[in-house]
Amino acid sequence: MPHMTAFARNQWYVVAHSHEVGRELLGRTVLGEPLVLYRAEDDGRPVVLHDRCVHRRYPLSASGLDGDRIVCGYHGFTYDRTGACVYVPGQRRVPRTARVASYPVAEQDALVWVWIGDPARADPGSIPRAPHLDSPGWVTVGGMESVDADYGLLVDNLLDLSHETYLHGGHIGTPEVAETPITTEVDEGAGVVRVSRHMDDAECPPFYARSTGIGGRITRWQDIEYHAPCLYLLHSRIAPVGVVPGPDGSDPHGFHTEITYAVTPSAEGRVYDFWMVSRDWATDDAEVGEFLRSSNRAVVLQDVDALNLLQRTLGTERTGYQELSINIDTGGLAARRILARLVEEGGKPVEEVR
Amino acid sequence: MSGPTGEVYRVDRLPGTDVLLGTCHCGAEHTAEDPAAMWEWLLAHPEGHLPRRIDP
Repeated sequence: MPHMTAFARNQWYVVAHSHEVGRELLGRTVLGEPLVLYRAEDDGRPVVLHDRCVHRRYPLSASGLDGDRIVCGYHGFTYDRTGACVYVPGQRRVPRTARVASYPVAEQDALVWVWIGDPARADPGSIPRAPHLDSPGWVTVGGMESVDADYGLLVDNLLDLSHETYLHGGHIGTPEVAETPITTEVDEGAGVVRVSRHMDDAECPPFYARSTGIGGRITRWQDIEYHAPCLYLLHSRIAPVGVVPGPDGSDPHGFHTEITYAVTPSAEGRVYDFWMVSRDWATDDAEVGEFLRSSNRAVVLQDVDALNLLQRTLGTERTGYQELSINIDTGGLAARRILARLVEEGGKPVEEVR
Repeated sequence: MSGPTGEVYRVDRLPGTDVLLGTCHCGAEHTAEDPAAMWEWLLAHPEGHLPRRIDP
């Protein structure tokens, strides 16, 4: 049995891109809990309910909508948006226990977040922001891939970008990424890890050369902010070598790209990898958008293949196998510590963590 | 929920070496070559963290 990172309950997780939630029922599994999502006709808000009919456990996501009610596709048990069963076939009395759980949900920055844990503790104000996903002047491309791996492996992957040089050469990797030292900062209380890598004179990878038109070498900055457990922001800046922001912060010759990931544990050994690439340059150039979308998807699929292989390989290891961590792992190790704390806090009764 | 604390731990690599320099939010500093050992030291605050030296 390979190592599995425990789930951190009492946290918000991205369950879908906003555009995925509409009038078609959508099934997702988060922290092992099967969920069904739809957008209410009444007020346009997303609804998240437990995805099993109370009658014979039929998946509601394989059922249909009648207005804002889900009608089970097997025997017609009907649920309103609060999860209460309002109709059962063949009798007038609806059993009092006929109800499916409804989950706290919030929609922010073009993402739909669900709270997994004690509903009384759900505070949408604690959801980390990614304003570039839904701001005027920014354009975003994105997608989602499922990975058959422990979510901790995806966190490891994203916190250490030196793997770009070896796994993603030809897309975003160049020799300088692995060669350049990182600076790591941790705000333990806020659950945030920051990893910065500033390359003064680097090869321009195809991902940026073809999209920006920069021909020569570049100054490339990668500033990661990981808001455990789910949201990962990579603030990327590239510019012709030597071009830096002015003293007043203005940066007319820099290309700013925000690369966002949401790491959502689905089930044990399975994780949703939501990804988005946002830019405030060439915003009206559809060709650039399509190039960034297809390139980043190719990069994500390389990660998917690598993590699937790694998970299968770890499954063949003996219990208690050893790892060797070096300087590049400083951010990843910090993230593991924070996740372990969130797992512990999420498992405690309310009065102990307040 | 956790909230911002402003208590930030920082790890840099000393220029030209493979040695890590850790700086605690209290100002204490520590060097190590193993990041796991570095986090052990940093997060043990205040244990083993000498107060910041103030030069006259």
